[in-house]
Amino acid sequence: MGLLEAIILAVLAASTPLLLAAAGELVTERAGVLNLGVEGMMIMGAACGFAGAYFTGSTIVGAVCGILAGVGMSAVFAWLTLGLAVNQVAAGLALTILGVGMSGLIGAGFVGERITAVPQLWLPVLTDLPFVGRILFGQNALVYGSIALVIGIWYFLYRTRAGLVLRAVGDNHASAHALGYPVLTIRTFAVLFGGACAGLGGAYLPLAYTPFFISGMTAGRGWIALALVVFASWMPGRLVAGAYLFGAVTILQLHAQGAGFGIPSQLMTALPYLATILVLIVISRTRGTIGSAAPASLGLVFVPDR
Amino acid sequence: MRKILIAATTAALTFAAGSLSAGAAEKLKIGLVYLGPVGDFGWTYQHEVGRREMVKVLGDKIETTYLENVNEGPDSERAIEQLARTGHKLIFTTSFGYMDPTLKVAKKFPKTFFEHSTGFKRAENVGTYSGRFYEGRYIQGQIAAKMSKKGVIGYIGSFPIPEVISGINATMIGAQSINPDIKVKIIWVNTWFDPGKEADAAKALVDQGVDIIMQHTDSPAAMQIAESRGIYAFGQDSDMIKFGPKAQLTAIVNNWAPYYVQQAKLAMDGKWKSGDTWQGLKDKMVMMAPYTNMPDDVKKLATETEAAITSGKLHVFKCPVVGQDGKPIECKGGQNLDDGQILSMNYYVKGVDDKVPGK
Amino acid sequence: MLVLEKRAERSALIAVASPLIAIVLTLVTIAILFALLGKDPLFALKVYFLDPLNDPYSLQEITVKATPLVLIGVGLSFCYLANAWNIGAEGQFLIGAVCGSWLAVVTHGTEAGPWVMPAMLLFGAAGGALYALIPALCRVKFGASEILVSLMLVYVAELILDYLVRGPWRDPKGMNFPTTAEFDSVATVPILIEGSRVHLGALIALIVVAGAWLLLSRTIKGFEIRLVGVASKAARFSGFSSDRLILFTFAVSGALAGMAGIIEVAGPVGHLQPGISPGYGFTAIIVAFLGRLHPVGILIAGLFLALTFIGGEMAQITLKVPLDLTKVFQGILLFYVLACDSLIAYRLRLIRTQRKVAHEVANGPA
Repeated sequence: MGLLEAIILAVLAASTPLLLAAAGELVTERAGVLNLGVEGMMIMGAACGFAGAYFTGSTIVGAVCGILAGVGMSAVFAWLTLGLAVNQVAAGLALTILGVGMSGLIGAGFVGERITAVPQLWLPVLTDLPFVGRILFGQNALVYGSIALVIGIWYFLYRTRAGLVLRAVGDNHASAHALGYPVLTIRTFAVLFGGACAGLGGAYLPLAYTPFFISGMTAGRGWIALALVVFASWMPGRLVAGAYLFGAVTILQLHAQGAGFGIPSQLMTALPYLATILVLIVISRTRGTIGSAAPASLGLVFVPDR
Repeated sequence: MRKILIAATTAALTFAAGSLSAGAAEKLKIGLVYLGPVGDFGWTYQHEVGRREMVKVLGDKIETTYLENVNEGPDSERAIEQLARTGHKLIFTTSFGYMDPTLKVAKKFPKTFFEHSTGFKRAENVGTYSGRFYEGRYIQGQIAAKMSKKGVIGYIGSFPIPEVISGINATMIGAQSINPDIKVKIIWVNTWFDPGKEADAAKALVDQGVDIIMQHTDSPAAMQIAESRGIYAFGQDSDMIKFGPKAQLTAIVNNWAPYYVQQAKLAMDGKWKSGDTWQGLKDKMVMMAPYTNMPDDVKKLATETEAAITSGKLHVFKCPVVGQDGKPIECKGGQNLDDGQILSMNYYVKGVDDKVPGK
Repeated sequence: MLVLEKRAERSALIAVASPLIAIVLTLVTIAILFALLGKDPLFALKVYFLDPLNDPYSLQEITVKATPLVLIGVGLSFCYLANAWNIGAEGQFLIGAVCGSWLAVVTHGTEAGPWVMPAMLLFGAAGGALYALIPALCRVKFGASEILVSLMLVYVAELILDYLVRGPWRDPKGMNFPTTAEFDSVATVPILIEGSRVHLGALIALIVVAGAWLLLSRTIKGFEIRLVGVASKAARFSGFSSDRLILFTFAVSGALAGMAGIIEVAGPVGHLQPGISPGYGFTAIIVAFLGRLHPVGILIAGLFLALTFIGGEMAQITLKVPLDLTKVFQGILLFYVLACDSLIAYRLRLIRTQRKVAHEVANGPA
């Protein structure tokens, strides 16, 4: 296996949880809801995903448990912010505190336990192709799933009527409501979808990445996912680029250290963050528009008049 | 509403008064302050194992309390003081960053005993304790040199503190005793604890051609990567054989339990004294997990080295210790580097082709 | 079904009752959870909320804990009122600590006079403000989202701090551990109450709260901030520059976060080291919103959140429950407080939905 091939494989593995969680959050935010609780939903997805796989021995059950955990968490959030018109920023942060706490309680019984990781695809001939074989045909289902998810979201948002309505709700909830669309119902589904994706992204960690559960194992990936949505200026295609860029710089700095370049390790560790800022500045500059990409009603409370 | 609240409050207060007087038996209350969550399966988890052992051995003669995830900044002093205020007479503070807060609180509570792990400041009622983990690293270095076909060790570091640096040096000195040309690749992940990142670092090392992985981070992620890539690795903090049945050669196990039990007994008998405890293989504060996945001759070598260190015949940092510039390090301990030198190590020995971060 | 309905006017009764309802709901939840765990629920409530308020030491510690939260929270409220999204107060806190500490490090062991500490506070505030201006400038000059840039800069700040205390600023007598030397007494924030940890920062926080209240309610700048937040188009017509306002609010919130950082380092911690913040910059976001972006509200919210932290610690000690359980409580409690809070502006109404109506709601016109 060549070094470049190995690096690409590692990047795919590292970026997938970010991509999954960010894709869900993108839909949530496109509907006009800002859920800052991604970290909390991810860590719950990780804990429940591990628990499911541990007790049944099936990673599919694990993935479903992770999704359900994310949906459950986001349902609480939806009820608060949409049903009771609670401030979304505060509710999202409280959701993270709750998720970290609950996942710790759930995970307390699994210290030092392990499971078998999600199997990787193996196709005769194809997977053995030089260079591209493992990259294209040797991944686990969640990696393919994350790509399919983003394509699906793109199709949904830009090619279906429902997607159009969802975007309309996010851009101007008052008009959408006036046109007769059930703003809160649509937003609720968007929030639940975001929760499902975050839960799956979290479950990816113990199911595929590092097959064990340790409390706090998401280590801030939920925040990175949130930042990636902004980085992508709420566009699915750019989300893939952002997630892989972030993953790539993370992996490359590790390789640079291993090669012994003698650069302070703190600077190397800071590279993914700096690179993301730099690229964002460059693309924002060439686009020349200021903040117009954000859904106009993002984060605003909506209570329909009756 | 108000009435309900008042009623509830009164009831609570009454109950509290009752339970407090009931709980005032003559037990030694022991408190522990942890840096991470008890479920980290690393540094904190091993201290928690020590606590559970105290409970098992001393039973209802003691009562233990722990505070987990205590930040090393402004929160730690309060956490320690809260334990002291609530009648805990023996308090273990288990991370370097708790050093100054421990001393500050100790001044206010002269009758409470404090045990601070990995620090170097002591007082009448503050003792320090730590493990000579570098002894285990030396053995691992020898095993690595024997088992590596490529002669390159991959090393995942957390933060460049003396304990980690001395671990790298001990590994190299051990490895060089077998293969003078052994090389090491070091990746700092700047975290004690991020399984994903630790796994990425392990992958990067393997992809760069190392065939043995050592880690000074807390999670078993690197061990799992070694297992799936079919290479060897060493466990850290605890026996990680479950995560690498074919990969783990051995592991350094932090074994605090005997020390904790001993200090608790001393405190109960009124014989506790402040001291500087730095124990290694001999006192079993550092233990080696079973030697696995290696041929018998390597196993024999490892066992003999372990015996030599235990008996005091072999000292890891025996002079001359040669620095990266080829000059021997000043030998303050006569035959060996003295403990102060090892505890404050901030340079690599000859053969490490890298720079200590921040130097 | 239950629906929300906007109240014609805010109800004073509910405004007072809302926190009480939240407490009662929490009481019920804790009662159920502790009953499930086999512990006495009333005793648990006492440990969480009454013990800390009953004991002078805990009260002092609540003040210490709330000080940085209030300082940062007030600064953040400026940003959020003006619709500028500063998520990176944590980074500004750290850089403020770094910049202020620089002075303490270079004057260490010299005969420097009592000017050091005030100068450190200024350096900290300036450092935090400059660091906050990076995302603000990226937004204004390049149109790059300030949310992302400010968040990413948190991680960068952590690593800058890490580099400095492991390298250039390391205490030569500190056995090569990552910490600066203990600050000289002229470089530390004075203690207000003898024998406690309550320091000058608490007073500064109170002054900041008062100042912010004056600025927001009595000055043109305050009017501008509120106007831009509520109606940015109208503000533009009135000739206010939203760019300048973004820079201004970011600078203010960065300065306050930076000052909180150096106060924390020169106060309770006493030296610069990694891990000086247990996530203050993020917790302060909750504080800002819990306080409804009002300076006095933020003061109360900061004290309240500090109470839950101290109470959580007491629960770990007295009830022997894991930290995670206290986090769950904290999350639930916040939910209740937020939910009850929204009852001030809205009322819940039970409406009987007939099949037909429900059908209509699901399919369009509501």
